[in-house]
Amino acid sequence: MSEAINIHSGAAVHAVHHDNGHGHHEQSFISKYIFSMDHKTIGKQFLITGIVWAIIGGLFSVLFRLQLGFPDQSFPILETFFGHWAKGGQIQPEFYYGLVTIHGTVLVFFVLTAGLSGTFANLLIPLQIGARDMASPFLNMLSYWFFFIASIIMLSSIFVHTGPASGGWTMYPPLSALRQAGDGQKIGTDLWLIAMALFIVSSLLGGLNYISTILNMRTKGMSMTRLPLPVWAMFFTAVLGVLSFPVLLSGAILLIFDRNLGTSFYLSDIVINGEILPNEGGSAILYQHLFWFLGHPEVYIILLPAMGMVSEILSVNARKPIFGYMAMLGSMFSIAILAFLVWAHHMFVTGLNPFLGSVFVLLTLLIAVPSAIKVFNWLTTLWRGNIRFTPAALFAIGFVSLFISGGLTGIFLGNSTIDIHLHDTMFVVAHFHIVMGVASFFGMFAGVYHWFPKMFGRYLNNTLGYLHFWVTMVGAYLIFWPMHYQGLAGMPRRYLDKRGWVSFNQFADLDKMITVVSIIVFAVQLMFVFNFFYSIFKGRKVTSQNPWGANTLEWTTKITPGHGNWDGEIPEVHRWPYDYAKDGREFIPQTEPVGANESKH
Amino acid sequence: MQTFFIVAILALGFLITFQIAKASEYVAVLRGYERSRLQSNRINGFLLLAFLIIGLVGVFYCNERLKGKILGVPASDHGVLVDRMLYVTLGITFFVFVLTQIGLFWFSYKYQEKENQKPFYFPHNNKLELIWTVIPAITLTVLVGFGIFYWFKITGAAPKNAMRVEVTGKQFGWEFRYPGKDGILGKKYFKNVNPAANNPAGQIWDDPANNDDIFVEQEMHLVVNKPVQLVIGAKDVIHDVGLAHFRMKMDAVPGTPTTMWFTPTYTTREMREKTGNPDFVYEISCDQMCGKGHWSMRGVIVVETQAEFDAWMASKKPQYLVANPGKDPAVKKDTLSATAPVTGAVIR
Repeated sequence: MSEAINIHSGAAVHAVHHDNGHGHHEQSFISKYIFSMDHKTIGKQFLITGIVWAIIGGLFSVLFRLQLGFPDQSFPILETFFGHWAKGGQIQPEFYYGLVTIHGTVLVFFVLTAGLSGTFANLLIPLQIGARDMASPFLNMLSYWFFFIASIIMLSSIFVHTGPASGGWTMYPPLSALRQAGDGQKIGTDLWLIAMALFIVSSLLGGLNYISTILNMRTKGMSMTRLPLPVWAMFFTAVLGVLSFPVLLSGAILLIFDRNLGTSFYLSDIVINGEILPNEGGSAILYQHLFWFLGHPEVYIILLPAMGMVSEILSVNARKPIFGYMAMLGSMFSIAILAFLVWAHHMFVTGLNPFLGSVFVLLTLLIAVPSAIKVFNWLTTLWRGNIRFTPAALFAIGFVSLFISGGLTGIFLGNSTIDIHLHDTMFVVAHFHIVMGVASFFGMFAGVYHWFPKMFGRYLNNTLGYLHFWVTMVGAYLIFWPMHYQGLAGMPRRYLDKRGWVSFNQFADLDKMITVVSIIVFAVQLMFVFNFFYSIFKGRKVTSQNPWGANTLEWTTKITPGHGNWDGEIPEVHRWPYDYAKDGREFIPQTEPVGANESKH
Repeated sequence: MQTFFIVAILALGFLITFQIAKASEYVAVLRGYERSRLQSNRINGFLLLAFLIIGLVGVFYCNERLKGKILGVPASDHGVLVDRMLYVTLGITFFVFVLTQIGLFWFSYKYQEKENQKPFYFPHNNKLELIWTVIPAITLTVLVGFGIFYWFKITGAAPKNAMRVEVTGKQFGWEFRYPGKDGILGKKYFKNVNPAANNPAGQIWDDPANNDDIFVEQEMHLVVNKPVQLVIGAKDVIHDVGLAHFRMKMDAVPGTPTTMWFTPTYTTREMREKTGNPDFVYEISCDQMCGKGHWSMRGVIVVETQAEFDAWMASKKPQYLVANPGKDPAVKKDTLSATAPVTGAVIR
């Protein structure tokens, strides 16, 4: 089937939908499931690709946890699979660093950026604002396929002889700029940079689409202050991405130049392996500025969609309006602004001017204020509710708990005085895994459990969902809570064997425990993946249009809406999305006109 | 074979879990979905409360188990400030942590779905929102104030009497240079680096300040209670001078020298007594990913009395004389003839 015909049939569907949704002719398999321009299908594509990457990234973490927990033990099976990377059944340092690097890159960018906002921005924006599709379905499709190509290139780097990039997910030069510096700095790093450049293109195409869709394509009556919070969150996420990803792209391109064209953007005064390089006058720190100018907003690119979805899910399941809708908007807005002004807190010990450092301390700790507001608003949303513990609601509650725990440790690291001691230790690893990694994953799981009925017309299995939640919740704390103590002892990150150290060899038992728990948690995630795919085909069927009793527009469509979302007219909106428990009614959908004697809020 | 069994057991466990989950879904449909939903709601509500209580107990248990394993007393003046800031922050954040986690799980438990429980329509309240904007803002301002005050103390100019040591990181080890009697580190240029000609630091021999500079590897000696300023650089990639016991840290960046200063307050010997560990040494850890040997990039610092330090220093020969034996008055002329051409080439 050729592209031209696909586009044609897509257009035909559009035209037909305006009068009668049942009339459109069948799409071919390719145009329906592969080169689809339906935002819902693209969302599912992002989700499934994200799941595949999450399995790979998670498996990598299990492998390097084996090394950390059992540094003296040999696992012959590893040699069977990985050959010289695990000589004698032991993970070699180059392999270890390759695993860590790809684990970080993949989870931050491919899973928690593309897999999270790619999935839910695509699925929810048109459905919740009342649009038939994105502003540009074609660019939206391209966004996925650029991501797909980036994925293929990143995946291929694992299979090259010298191994994948191994300079850490931040890819700091000069290490990443010099082929002489190690095996992972050879072709693997080039592939990493190309994959990231394509990934950024994908992310920009998606982001521009989300922004223009939200601004231009809202249904009648859907003013900006009547938007559900997930949509607002996706909006800020997209703005952050559009403004900061190009900076990373420039950083990556300069790095490609330094690697391949002999420029000296990041290189100066280098003697490596006895070889004196000619480069002078570059600054290695420049890259760090460019990287973290994306890198910090990236944290919020990951977190904001989770926050938005958690707000929605908590409100729906507490059967109570979200507390402080405007405060939620205000805090997301200030987070989005401040996210651009805190990047140098990753660089307190690079020799940064101390005065500049102090400005970044102030701005960094400022960002804790909107975060605190959000937490208190979530707590108040639960207060005096009538809470249903669906798996989605549990994951949302878990998100809040993890966000509190991980957010508070951020106050340590944002304070430059304490950061001197804790910088680049296991404390940082524990902090960002809780607040950005696991918390955002919880937001994503909450979203999957909550909107799975909309995606596939079936439910996920509840019992497996509860098991998934409880094991992951307990496991996440068991893994990352004690890890803070390793950091307080000053133990640096990315140390694969501490037995040679006097200062850091006291945690062998702890490392074993963490490894065992992480294997269990990983196994339970596989169970979730199984539940996901099994339920797509065999799950309990959704029988009612609005299974959660929610107010937002996506539940006014058919159980499994076709391309174009609504069969007839797009519904008109008359109120904000959080009228739960108002005037003695359990919920009042957005489409219901405001009654004459309805109380105001 | 063992691996096979483990995989088989995992698969079996998986299958059983799945069958139970599937069965419970059928039972739910048979018994009436609403009834079993309310039952699982009660179970999860209870579990949330249990998680809170067991979790808080776990936090204390974890602390009891691990608090002895973090580093103990800070061994520098700046370390005292860092630790004080750390514990003040810990106090405040721990209070907030307990408060909010109790709120979260207690509300979840208390307001779980019940028949006849009417949720309260409570969309916003300006007073409450103002309170929890202002209180965190004030608390954070205090933390920022203290933090910046200490930060400027730590990163401010080094005292006049501070001794200077140059620290250079390379894949995967540490090099140190002492300025010698004149107190000045001689000039260096990276293109002069030539370990074969005994010039690993790239010193410029034309600079007379280089004549008495001492070069050592892997082990740095410092004087107790005497401020020291480290001038930090790197040869190849970015490293980081991590001094966990002194609570200090600074990146080593090729091409951009950095500095940090502190005053060690306990000798290595004193720390051995304090920690009860006869093998205790101060270690330098590389804290910035620098390649495959990153995890093993270890240096040692010996903190000792002035007398011990002077004796150690006296045993070292300036690198200038090592590289140019012809200039060494202690070496007799006739033993030199073999190395003379090499020396000549280096001096140029």
